[in-house]
Amino acid sequence: MMKAKLNIIATLLVLFSTTAFALEHPDDHSHDHGEGQTMDLKTEIKQTIKHHLKDAHYFELYHGLAMPLPVIIWDNGIHLFMSSSFDHGHTLANSKGNYYNLDHGKIYKTDSEGHVLDNQSIIDFSITKNVLVIILMCAFLLISFSKLARSYKKGPIPTGFGRILEPLVLFVRDDIAIPNIGEKHYKKYMSYLLTVFFFIWFLNLSGMMPLGINVTGSIVVTFSLALITYFITQFTANKNYWGHIFWMPGVPVPMKIILLPIELLGTIIKPFSLMIRLYANITAGHVVLMSLIGLIYAAQHWLANGAFFGLTLFLGVIELLVAFLQAYIFTMLTALYFGSAVEEHDDH
Amino acid sequence: MEELFKDFSIGLFVWQTVLFITLIFLLKKYAWGPILSSIEDREQGIKDALDSAQSAREEMQALSADNQKVLQEAKVERDTILKEAREMKESIINDARSAASVEADKVIESAREQIQNEKMAAITDLKNQVASLSIDIAEKVLKSELSDQQKQKDFVAAALKDADLN
Repeated sequence: MMKAKLNIIATLLVLFSTTAFALEHPDDHSHDHGEGQTMDLKTEIKQTIKHHLKDAHYFELYHGLAMPLPVIIWDNGIHLFMSSSFDHGHTLANSKGNYYNLDHGKIYKTDSEGHVLDNQSIIDFSITKNVLVIILMCAFLLISFSKLARSYKKGPIPTGFGRILEPLVLFVRDDIAIPNIGEKHYKKYMSYLLTVFFFIWFLNLSGMMPLGINVTGSIVVTFSLALITYFITQFTANKNYWGHIFWMPGVPVPMKIILLPIELLGTIIKPFSLMIRLYANITAGHVVLMSLIGLIYAAQHWLANGAFFGLTLFLGVIELLVAFLQAYIFTMLTALYFGSAVEEHDDH
Repeated sequence: MEELFKDFSIGLFVWQTVLFITLIFLLKKYAWGPILSSIEDREQGIKDALDSAQSAREEMQALSADNQKVLQEAKVERDTILKEAREMKESIINDARSAASVEADKVIESAREQIQNEKMAAITDLKNQVASLSIDIAEKVLKSELSDQQKQKDFVAAALKDADLN
């Protein structure tokens, strides 16, 4: 039953991905290449992948149907307009007397002629593709889980979608939170652990949908998540935790001095590894999948086409597993760090 | 690496952080809190139900063990009662037997005594009758013997002859 479902998802994924990504011809880049000069297929695939991995000011469902998104710029005041004003980087956007240009997904302040001004003091707070997906994901999580919460008023067993969500909630509690943090302290971390688990997992899965979404493959997002883990760990830590960092008990004094900078660095390295792991895994997954899809088009022989199609299908299923695995690992390690922050040592 | 820093979007970072922290608090209030407490209530309910089922089972076991014990006791009591009854029966029979034999002995003894008495009476009676018969015969013999004078004289002479006068 589950396996059959995965197969269908993977098949759909490959079918739609080909239309969404491989044939995509990003307008952003079209002006980089001279008119009439035809890009060879390999470069096109490379460009498409690079384009996909980046954030965008458009939501491109498939080639030719790009939804403009609101652009919000802080430039000594708020400038608000739709990204359609850029016309995919072909024209300058004029807002309250200032001119802006969109180049390779980045907004620059320019003069009326389109020359980039040197003093870049603008901050881009646009609702980009990633921000939009994050907002939608927040709404989806809120609706699904508050529905699950309400279903308990009707009876002890949830119905419908909640029946799938409840075991996952229990999984986070019984297999991630309690073993790593301990019965005594786990409750105060549950909200964060559950939120981060479902947030990452569903975003990973949304990246597997043929919509060109890549939120958890953005280092900004993983940085933000890791930073929150870091702060929660430091702010909830007990004196045992700090004792082990600043004055490691049970070792000679010279060792204590050597261990101090190492331990301090360790507190930063731990969330840093969280950030890199999630970013790298998801990015790598997207690159590999899209490259394989590209290879289906690049291959000259029908046998190779078929082989790459099969391989894409196979890796698509693997990526579905990775989507869950990375969410699990992020949450598990976060719980582990929380556990070390509240651990109580009686020995030593 | 350089590209990563260049592409680092402060806008996306702020959006992600603000939205995510808001999401945590909203989910905590509307989802995780109620969900976890409901699950815990349910688990507690299941645990209580299991516990009470277990205690009921134990009670049942204790009850059946009690029943067994009572049955055993009843059996033992029945056995003792039966044994007592048997013993009583034995003793009653024995008593009756000994009483009967004593009675029989007594009866026999008295019968024997009576027989003895009767016999003695009969013997006495017989003796008396024999005596009176002897007297009668003697009288008749004497009467017939002494009917004439001569004979009387002979008899006296013989008697005198026997009676030696010393």
